[in-house]
Amino acid sequence: MAEMTVEQLADAMYEMIKDAKGMKKYKATDLQKAMAERFGADKQACKQAIRLLMDSGRCIYTYFGGSYIEIPPDQPATP
Amino acid sequence: MAEGKKYETPKLDELEKGAWPSFVKEIKAAAQKSPMAAALLGQLEQSYNEKIGHWKHGGIVGVVGYGGGVIGRYSDLGDKYPEVAHFHTIRINHPAGWFYTTEALRGLCDIWEEHGSGLTNMHGSTGDIIFLGTTTDQLEKVFSKLTALGFDLGGSGSDVRTPSCCNGMARCEWACYDTMKVCYNLTMAFQDEIHRPAFPYKFKMKMAGCPNDCVAAIARADLSIIGTWKDEIQQDDELIKKFADEGLDIQRQIVSRCPTRCMDWDGKKLTINNENCVKCMFCINSMPRALAPGKERGAMVLLGAKAPIVQGAQLSSVLIPFIDLEDEESWNDLKQLLENIWEVWCEEGKNRERVGEFALRVGFGNFLEAIGLEPTPEMVAYPRDNPYVFYQTAKKE
Ligand code: SF4
Ligand code: SF4
Repeated sequence: MAEMTVEQLADAMYEMIKDAKGMKKYKATDLQKAMAERFGADKQACKQAIRLLMDSGRCIYTYFGGSYIEIPPDQPATP
Repeated sequence: MAEGKKYETPKLDELEKGAWPSFVKEIKAAAQKSPMAAALLGQLEQSYNEKIGHWKHGGIVGVVGYGGGVIGRYSDLGDKYPEVAHFHTIRINHPAGWFYTTEALRGLCDIWEEHGSGLTNMHGSTGDIIFLGTTTDQLEKVFSKLTALGFDLGGSGSDVRTPSCCNGMARCEWACYDTMKVCYNLTMAFQDEIHRPAFPYKFKMKMAGCPNDCVAAIARADLSIIGTWKDEIQQDDELIKKFADEGLDIQRQIVSRCPTRCMDWDGKKLTINNENCVKCMFCINSMPRALAPGKERGAMVLLGAKAPIVQGAQLSSVLIPFIDLEDEESWNDLKQLLENIWEVWCEEGKNRERVGEFALRVGFGNFLEAIGLEPTPEMVAYPRDNPYVFYQTAKKE
């Protein structure tokens, strides 16, 4: 399998989060493990991809008893 | 900022009585200028009457790009106390050893009076500077002013929490290593891990300069670095005699209270069997200057303390019995050890499982093997209850 770029990993993570929206929340480690399994991505590339998602505002961190990565809601989330 | 609505607070008023500092007094002072602080008094009084807390926390945290440093806090009585409907907490990375200039403190207070309730907690149990109470729309403004002042947010959520240390060599003759340097270096080395939560749960690092452990690392931190020494306790016989002459009963008050009974006092000379000293600091604390930690100083690295959350409280276990943290090599060893711990814990740890709980669940022997450390006798917390001895059934020929 050709090596994924950081941008492609970020897109794949984003799709994963989007597909699970409202059903399951992912932590950074869940995304890393999924990317390693599907594309053989290494930890460093996954960290950069998460950073890309955050800095671009496509995703945000949330806290519900642990830290999760989610797509920003239209309205600010309350617990 | 305008004065807020006044609430009757007979229960809270009780907490102003007595000789001790009172948080109620401080909130009332802040309420002179801040409607948020005034509403906080109203909600708190209601909580005391009903014996129910009215805060929910969580939700969206942080500023753009960061996953830690802001704890979303919301009132479930937002209609009644709209000023505290959003009352977020901000954690700010404190300087190592908590040294500030008055100018820096004034700068922090100015920011908070403009963008928050004006209430601070110096410092929270994590060590951070805590700003209590602001609204979501103020978060980015506070963050940009903080960075302009040279401050950054601290950790919160499932990340490396802001490392903290005692003020060690800056003020204390017993510091066995430079806690503030190590704290600063760890903070700078792991910025990504502090700001971008990627762990199963929180990870705290605390550094104490000697076994007195003024930052309670052994009880609170996932990774504790506690100063220790390898050689003999330094002893000034003249000063010991002076303590005795001034009325200290060395036999009764010192020697017989040594936990390992490794001291002897013949009425003139104190003899310490240093091989049996467990470095509890009791004798050194009791006779300052007459006794002092040895000259060959460094630190012990321990893992796995936590307060009771999911399971009961837990104290740290030894990982590295002695490291000097002076040269590049030992510094790199420590960083590598941390990377190894995080790698294994992230891979196998359960959600909300502290690293110490994880190590216990998989077995400390397995954990050590996974992070690449050899077991050593110093790791045995309870002699005769040794978790590192494995009995294997002999295979039949
Ligand atoms: S932990 Fe030890 S070195 Fe640090 S301040 Fe306390 S007594 Fe001093
Ligand atoms: S430090 Fe503690 S164990 Fe060591 S000699 Fe003093 S009292 Fe005894």
